[in-house]
Amino acid sequence: MFPIIAKEAIAPGFWRFVVGAPEIARKHRPGQFVMVLLHERGERIPLTIAHSDPVAGTITLVVQEVGKTTMEMGTFPVGSELQAVVGPLGTPTHIERVGTVVCVGGGAGIAPLLPIAADMKAAGNRVYSILGGRTKELVILREEMAAVSDEIFFTTDDGSFGRKGLVTHALADLIAERGKPDLVVAIGPAIMMKVVSDLTRKDAIPTLVSLNSIMIDGTGMCGCCRVDVGGQTKFVCVDGPEFDGHKVDFDLLIKRLRAFLPQEQEARQRFLAQHRCRALEGASHA
Amino acid sequence: MPEETVGLPELPKKERMKIPRHPMPEQKPEERVRNFSEVALGYTAELAMMEAQRCLQCEKPLCVQGCPVEIDIPAFVDLIRQGKFKEAVAKIKETNTLPAICGRVCPQEDQCEMVCVLTKKYTPVAIGRLERFVADLEREAGEIEMPHCAPPTGHKVAVIGSGPAGLTCAADLARLGHQVTIFEALHKTGGVLVYGIPEFRLPKAIVDYEVENLKRMGVEIRTGFVVGKTATVEELFWEYGYDAVFFGTGAGLPAFLGIPGEQFIGVLSANEFLTRVNLMRAYDFPNYDTPVRLGRRVAVVGAGNVAMDCLRCAKRLGAQEVICIYRRTRAESPARKEELERAEEEFIDFRWLSAPLEIYGNEEGFVTGMRIQRMELGEPDASGRRRPVPIPGSEYDIEVDTVIVAIGQSPNPLATRATPGLELNRHGCIVVDQQTMMSSIPGVFAGGDIVTGAATVILAMGAGKTAARGIHEWLGKLERGEVSKPTWPR
Repeated sequence: MFPIIAKEAIAPGFWRFVVGAPEIARKHRPGQFVMVLLHERGERIPLTIAHSDPVAGTITLVVQEVGKTTMEMGTFPVGSELQAVVGPLGTPTHIERVGTVVCVGGGAGIAPLLPIAADMKAAGNRVYSILGGRTKELVILREEMAAVSDEIFFTTDDGSFGRKGLVTHALADLIAERGKPDLVVAIGPAIMMKVVSDLTRKDAIPTLVSLNSIMIDGTGMCGCCRVDVGGQTKFVCVDGPEFDGHKVDFDLLIKRLRAFLPQEQEARQRFLAQHRCRALEGASHA
Repeated sequence: MPEETVGLPELPKKERMKIPRHPMPEQKPEERVRNFSEVALGYTAELAMMEAQRCLQCEKPLCVQGCPVEIDIPAFVDLIRQGKFKEAVAKIKETNTLPAICGRVCPQEDQCEMVCVLTKKYTPVAIGRLERFVADLEREAGEIEMPHCAPPTGHKVAVIGSGPAGLTCAADLARLGHQVTIFEALHKTGGVLVYGIPEFRLPKAIVDYEVENLKRMGVEIRTGFVVGKTATVEELFWEYGYDAVFFGTGAGLPAFLGIPGEQFIGVLSANEFLTRVNLMRAYDFPNYDTPVRLGRRVAVVGAGNVAMDCLRCAKRLGAQEVICIYRRTRAESPARKEELERAEEEFIDFRWLSAPLEIYGNEEGFVTGMRIQRMELGEPDASGRRRPVPIPGSEYDIEVDTVIVAIGQSPNPLATRATPGLELNRHGCIVVDQQTMMSSIPGVFAGGDIVTGAATVILAMGAGKTAARGIHEWLGKLERGEVSKPTWPR
């Protein structure tokens, strides 16, 4: 069992959990993830690791409430336990000094971007970060990301913070003003990673993306997470989660992410009906 | 468990031969395709004793040679005839730790029962059913005799994987007095016994029960621990303090067809389908959180035991038409005869001599159908089976909502890749010494599907036993300073 040591609401619908998992904390490298099972009847979901503290023996998970499981995880109080946290899984990010690295993050993708940006900076790179979201309060970890970036830019859909528009607009301007970076790391919703990759492909800027496909075991056993990368079938759980953004078939990924939409909606509705009070509370936030 | 039941007399051999083999009661097909409860219901005490009475008690019993773990079959069968059930199960447990499991999933027709002298002229003694009967009786009575464990040796052994190979190896090592930890990647113990084999063939409560017994013998089990990720083999030796490591990681990597359209939603590996259904209990969604979607028509490609499990699970999940696509004929099917027959009783549409050519899908990316090529049998191939050859112009299309690919599994490279110096063959299987099961790294042993490629539960158990002996010897040498734990260059 894995105890929840601390829990904090960092934005509407976003939780930061600090979980006791000493062995995982010791081995975690940026880019890796864990599979989490809440309880006996739960499903296994992949969550990227936002931070690890090998001394304290803890890992930090940032969770956005999107489906039944993530919403239910939001109800877990400090002191309660997660049935299983497995990892660290996936291939770590290759960190090296390449020169200038632009880290582009959106939504919950900002969380796994944080340790990558930090290590890229520590490796001697100049790090620019571009973070985007629908509105100001959904752009998470702004200060943490600023602390590991040489410069940071924000975009919001509604213009409530930073520049009004998409991360790609900010990225295009950055490239135009400062020249081509040596690497772009983009983590966020699939559509965001797709448009970033389309943009950087034109200038042949190496681009890493971190994919979040549907998984069960997370160790290469089921093949549910398979994606097409450069015409080859790859398993996100073991071959990834990071791939060359220019080679990923994002349209296929986006379709496959919708495989269980009706079932996800059913589970979500059922959960909301059972937790009506909490849901109303959530509605008042929005 | 009754101490002793009034047994049956020993009949003259001629009369024994006249008794026909007793069928085992089972759920009717129409009934069982609507539930996930066990199909076979097991012998009653009367049936078991009557069946045991048929054994000729051969002086040189071939059945024992046919058993990968060499159970003293005539002895336990005769104890059943005498009504000495408790002694019968003790006799089995001298060599087999998991009789309730083996009695259900061993291919007896290819092993002990195949060589039974009655097989030639009559029908073999139902050895598997008898094994299952006494093991169930003991479990239901809750009076398990704990095997005697030798005094602690002070040696620690890490067993990677909790499938049949790992469980058997761990049990034998614990009996020898070694301190054993099983590292399991999934959140439940049992490996293929829990994620692969469905509830209706092997109830999970039986696996859980056997695992509990192992714990009572002092075996520690760490679930959710992925060797190669959470810790490497090197770390198991030098940081966790283990003196030997056993790989029982199985064959968990799914093979895909490599035909166009395999990326459509609704094409899934047998592993994915079975894991959703068995391990995650998707058949009880939304009471359990993992979903599975099948639609009306389901095609399963392949005709081995895993394919049979997929076909029968799909039927139970409510698919109206369940179709088996196999490029050879029924005679070449690698499935157990019993499983094949049960699937046939369960209204499965078998399309023999049929090979998938392409999978079709719609705009949203969902499977809609597949193109099938009719085949005929040509000359024998390397496997000795006649090679299926396409019949030109015989292609036809079928509509399907789901395609499950059950054409085989290979070893998962996760743990082996993270172990430098471990010699693998071209299939990714660990190369071992057949006597000791030791790999190219001293102190690292392996057995089961990770060595042989996908095979059977009982062969994995046999390998686990052999490895336990090999490990025990190696630990003796370690104690005497004749060998040392492996080191890896920095």
